[in-house]
Amino acid sequence: MKGHIKINRELCKGCYLCLHACKKGHIVSSKEYNAKGYRPVRFNNEGDQRCTGCALCAITCPEIAIEVYRE
Amino acid sequence: MTKKVFGKPKCLKENVFHYCAGCGHSIVHRLVAEVIDELDIRGITIGVPPAGCAVLAYNYFDIDMIEAQHGRGPAMATGIKRTLPDRVVFSYQGDGDLAAIGIAESFHAANRGENITVIFINNAVYGMTGGQMAPTTLLGQRTTTSPSGRDAVKEGYPIRISEILSSLPGTTFIERCTVNSPPNIIKAKKAIKKAFQYQIDGLGFSMIEVLSPCPTNWKMTPIAACKWIDEVMSKEFPLGIIKDIKSSDKGGKSHVG
Repeated sequence: MKGHIKINRELCKGCYLCLHACKKGHIVSSKEYNAKGYRPVRFNNEGDQRCTGCALCAITCPEIAIEVYRE
Repeated sequence: MTKKVFGKPKCLKENVFHYCAGCGHSIVHRLVAEVIDELDIRGITIGVPPAGCAVLAYNYFDIDMIEAQHGRGPAMATGIKRTLPDRVVFSYQGDGDLAAIGIAESFHAANRGENITVIFINNAVYGMTGGQMAPTTLLGQRTTTSPSGRDAVKEGYPIRISEILSSLPGTTFIERCTVNSPPNIIKAKKAIKKAFQYQIDGLGFSMIEVLSPCPTNWKMTPIAACKWIDEVMSKEFPLGIIKDIKSSDKGGKSHVG
């Protein structure tokens, strides 16, 4: 199953719970800051195992900054 | 074809949460909103937010909400439910609100078996006022008013609200859950849904206690706070169903430690 996520970088507060929840490591921290001064995470769908749209990152995100799509 | 499988629940507004990074409040807000959406009770639900970090909950929920005085959520919910018995009424309270100043209202609303649902957020400190010791603070836990750790001789023991209320015959469903990992969040949502369903079925008082991370006042990173719930806090506050009148005829099963 293929999937992808959309991260709203202005909502992200950089708690990195999603980074911990994604077992495939498709979420990484970025070096840029958002308007509030947090360092938001970004989606990095690379490597052999692609995102399946399991939504574990979105379930754990306190800010509801992640939307999940499946094909 | 791409299908959206996860997004913002319909009964949350577009406002950005004011909570700290990694706070459990916003997760529980989302779970309550998802449950209201799934049960399709948005038009008949009335919420009662507390005094505390979640005092601005009415900015986020797109349902009727009425702010209660500090700790008086269950009393206000009682009044609303008695005048409008066809509505679904829930009170959302923290541990300073429910277990300290509002213990009398909570205890007696539970004892009367009022047909309301209480969402009880237990983060073991007073969050909004700056991390002071709460009745639920663990023994040895450092807070701004117990800088050398809570001492049982001077400050007493942490109160297990769920176990106390489960001893009252008026309560129907009490479960303690946590929101520190995706599986536990899914369990917490099921528990909240069950509590709302008990109220809709007219069974009586239901309460969900949620062990919620407070990284700011625990002086931890959000991930360390989630780990701390697993390793320390859930030992003092054991997770699971504490009372369920449907699962046993003898007033519910209990695994009080």
